[in-house]
Amino acid sequence: MDSIFQGLGQAVRLIFTLDPDLYEIIAMSLRVTLSAVAIASLIGLPLGAWLAVNRFRHRRATIAVLNALMGLPPVVVGLFVYLLLSRSGPFGVLGLLFTPTAMIIAQVIIITPLIASIAHQAIRDLWAEYHDLLISMNATRGQRIRSLLWDGRRALLTAMLAGFGRAIGEVGAIMIVGGSIEHSTRVLTTAIALETSKGNLEFALGLGVVLIALAVAVNLLIHTLSGTERAPAW
Amino acid sequence: MSTLTGILGATDAPAGLREDSARPLLPLRLEGAVAQVRGRVLVGPVDLTITRTGVTIVMGPNGSGKTTLLRLMHGLQRLSAGTIRWNVPDDVARERQAYVFQAPIMMRRSVLDNIAYPLILHGVARREARARAADWAERVGLGAALQRGAPVLSGGEKQKLALARALIRRPEILFLDEPCANLDGRAMREIEAILLDARAAGTRIVMATHDMGQARRLASEVVFLYGGKVHESAEAGAFFEAPGTPEAEAFINGEIVE
Repeated sequence: MDSIFQGLGQAVRLIFTLDPDLYEIIAMSLRVTLSAVAIASLIGLPLGAWLAVNRFRHRRATIAVLNALMGLPPVVVGLFVYLLLSRSGPFGVLGLLFTPTAMIIAQVIIITPLIASIAHQAIRDLWAEYHDLLISMNATRGQRIRSLLWDGRRALLTAMLAGFGRAIGEVGAIMIVGGSIEHSTRVLTTAIALETSKGNLEFALGLGVVLIALAVAVNLLIHTLSGTERAPAW
Repeated sequence: MSTLTGILGATDAPAGLREDSARPLLPLRLEGAVAQVRGRVLVGPVDLTITRTGVTIVMGPNGSGKTTLLRLMHGLQRLSAGTIRWNVPDDVARERQAYVFQAPIMMRRSVLDNIAYPLILHGVARREARARAADWAERVGLGAALQRGAPVLSGGEKQKLALARALIRRPEILFLDEPCANLDGRAMREIEAILLDARAAGTRIVMATHDMGQARRLASEVVFLYGGKVHESAEAGAFFEAPGTPEAEAFINGEIVE
């Protein structure tokens, strides 16, 4: 119990003493995660909408695979990306292994199915509602998708936040492809794992509290900026 | 100016397109038209001509195929057999008609943006689309509700919004599926006034309704459906004065027709 309170105290101390190492780790965590969420959203949101609007062979199987990919084991993704980016791999020449870019790639692979799947479910319901109207107005396929994405933006924000939540707390894949190198690829989760393995439990707990606070703060900020709880439900 | 030349500019449109755009959309001819779903015939075979002017009221008991017939003509229901021919190619025809659903579909946007939506969809600049939408909102009595969310409007207001949205591109034909179902007398009167204005402005109206009074007030022609087939199609006065079939007569007299 004492360790927990000492950990909380450590967290407060780290934050208010403006510990430069901590802020560097927070900045790296945000950089990697927000980049991954942005890229995964650019892929996942239109993909989810496209799957909702279009009928094609093996559509059900595609959606089932997408839903299954939400549960991708991060360490397997990390290993896969490692093999692709390692010196002997097909993209080894790019020299991306153990860089923030490699961590972003791994996170994009992990969270894109999650964002696409949640977006698909939200857009599918909206499409059922709008179908006759948009067909009647002769909207093109692109116009339908754009309209659904815009009108479903609240639900899509939830999809993005779910992606953010998964990415900010991810450790397995980015440990493998990032290596948790100090002043280079160390993020909050890998730092926590490292400090725990060193037996520095209070410091690890302090970092954990900072991580949770950061996740809550980003969610609150996005909700506030988008007016989710203030604007009318429509 | 028709829609296509409006989008392309009268002189920019290809010659064939200009000719199609200049031609009237109507008459619409249905010959042996059948709508069938999973082997069950919902409507048809139907032979019917919608001429260039007037108000056609489609009547009939529940399940007689009124909605399916309207959707078939508008292209929302797949044609299983027979033909439906507009006076212009189908892609041109699609641009020049509109449909109002029985349960109005409200996009999750403001009243203003809902009404402006068809214009924006067809390339009108957002500022101009909104100005025209505000004008239409005023015309249908929603001028004070421009920034309200469409999904939270009352039933009558939603239907008026749906009408404004359908009419904003000045369609040559407007299909309406029981637009006044579940509305009170005042809302019904307001909607009928909007429809009469639209008719006066040159929009052909084809409307399904259960309401005998409304049919008598608006119809210039009545199509009576029974069992998925056109049981009777006649000029309104003749239909109401001397219906040609026992089912139509019973329906007019308010008897239960199954």
